[in-house]
Amino acid sequence: MSDANVETARPTVWRKMRGNTGTLIGGTLLAIIILIAVFAPLLAPHDPIAQDLTRRLLPPFWHDRSVPEHLLGTDHLGRDYLSRMIYGARVSLGVGLGVILVSGFIGITLGLVAGYFGGWIDMVISFTITARLSLPIVLVALAAVALGGASLTTLITVLGLLLWDRFAVVTRAAAQSLRHQEFIMGLRAIGASRTLILFREILPNMRATILVVVSLEVANVILLEAALSFLGLGVRPPTPSWGLMISEGRDNILFDPWLIALPGSALCVLVLAVNLFGDGMRDITGPARK
Amino acid sequence: MLSFISKRLLVALLVCLTVSALSFGLMFVSGDPAIAIAGAGGRAEDAEAIRVAYGFDRPLIVQYLDWIGNALTGNLGQSIYFNVPVTEIIGNRVGVTLTLGFISFLVALVIAVPLGVAAALRPNGWLDRFALVIAVSGQAIPSFWLGLMAIVVFGVWYGWVPISGADTWQGYILPVIVLSYYAIPELMRITRSGMIDVLATDYVRAARAKGLPMHLVISRHALRNAVLPLVSLAAVQLGQLLSGSIVIESVFALNGLGRLAWESLLRSDLPVVQAIILVLSLLYVVLTTLADILNAVLDPRLRGNS
Repeated sequence: MSDANVETARPTVWRKMRGNTGTLIGGTLLAIIILIAVFAPLLAPHDPIAQDLTRRLLPPFWHDRSVPEHLLGTDHLGRDYLSRMIYGARVSLGVGLGVILVSGFIGITLGLVAGYFGGWIDMVISFTITARLSLPIVLVALAAVALGGASLTTLITVLGLLLWDRFAVVTRAAAQSLRHQEFIMGLRAIGASRTLILFREILPNMRATILVVVSLEVANVILLEAALSFLGLGVRPPTPSWGLMISEGRDNILFDPWLIALPGSALCVLVLAVNLFGDGMRDITGPARK
Repeated sequence: MLSFISKRLLVALLVCLTVSALSFGLMFVSGDPAIAIAGAGGRAEDAEAIRVAYGFDRPLIVQYLDWIGNALTGNLGQSIYFNVPVTEIIGNRVGVTLTLGFISFLVALVIAVPLGVAAALRPNGWLDRFALVIAVSGQAIPSFWLGLMAIVVFGVWYGWVPISGADTWQGYILPVIVLSYYAIPELMRITRSGMIDVLATDYVRAARAKGLPMHLVISRHALRNAVLPLVSLAAVQLGQLLSGSIVIESVFALNGLGRLAWESLLRSDLPVVQAIILVLSLLYVVLTTLADILNAVLDPRLRGNS
């Protein structure tokens, strides 16, 4: 039943997407950044972590002192900035995706169970959400990464364990409204198992809602990773993370502000792309927004 | 009403307990806090000495009860780095964070509410569109980067404001602008949607029909009802401004709680970190609980079903 719905829905989604400029721009930008991240080794002109101390702090192409081999100049250790920017897309998207897999799994499961079963199960899970919301996220993430040892895996695990709340809240509300729908009542009446109802019927019906949360959360995670790396407790050097690059460029902001301007702009473009795309998907798939 | 408040307070108390257990447990993420304090390269004897000195050799539950018991009497332990009571260090730093948080919050409210009302009066007008641009760009710009760029442009290029520290009030200008910039879109959006709902109601139409000028309709009838959802959001936003200023404080070199937490993490001063997490979480719980109670006072409909 749900499969039939998808078959008829897909062409309309595409048609609406073509009519929606924001979604189109967001989607295109996002696709380009994903391609850059995937093909980073082919695109990057230099090794992103190879240092050349004789060519430190070369400016980007619009300056007089720039050199053609380093289009966006070099950083304080003589590493090619363009290559670091290209590889930085991998870190941002990788962390975003990794965290969403963890947090989405936790949040969707909790929300689904709480919303469908209600009663004391719902009370316990709602309480857990409330408790989680009162924790200062940045601080707890910083502390956990500092104590757990800064690495990409720790970072993804910590953020994944912390950021499931929005998934849980949204899935819970959606499950609550779906459980009283006639087709679910019907399935229960013919004796369908709970697992089947939850994962084969209710979950697929939330696809659009979940997709919107995914886009919001990916943007959120990308910004958090950048902030944590900026504070020195996220991704370890010499990994080319945009947040870390901003932190490294900070000492030279008086004379070489492009060192922070470039990775910061890249972050803005990526997050903007994710948000535009997500907003568009919400307008296209969901009910009208106020 | 009383039963609603007592129920709400009970939940708040339970949340406080959970959060305190979590911030206590955070110390043990690394496995052994003694090794974390001694440093990765520390000698085993040193770690053992620390373990005994700080009581890490006792059962976890005893340590927790000891810690929470002390916390209730206002004793948050001893800083390992400074060797003075944690409360003393926090007391010295909390002022900057509170000042920054409250001023940013007020600035955000003063800008967001009128803009939200104006946007609701003319949906899809130019102001509405402008607000959307602000909101969308605000979501995409990392706060620490905006802060740094503001320092470059207004501190270095133009020299209008000091580039770090808060020795003078000018030091607060940029941090307040940056922090409130992030609170404005949400506050504005909720004012706008609240206003749009209220403006469509019969009592507003009746007020207009009897010839009341628009500004009176808004100030006497509409706004009061539209701010209800704003109260909850405002509490959440204030809590986030206070706890989220950690990044901004380190960008602008302000000696607040957030920067203290960060510095303490870098020097493995765990009792200070724990205490700050606890204080910020409790602050958040208090704010949201107050908002819920205030909402129930303002809107009798909420008392029944919560």
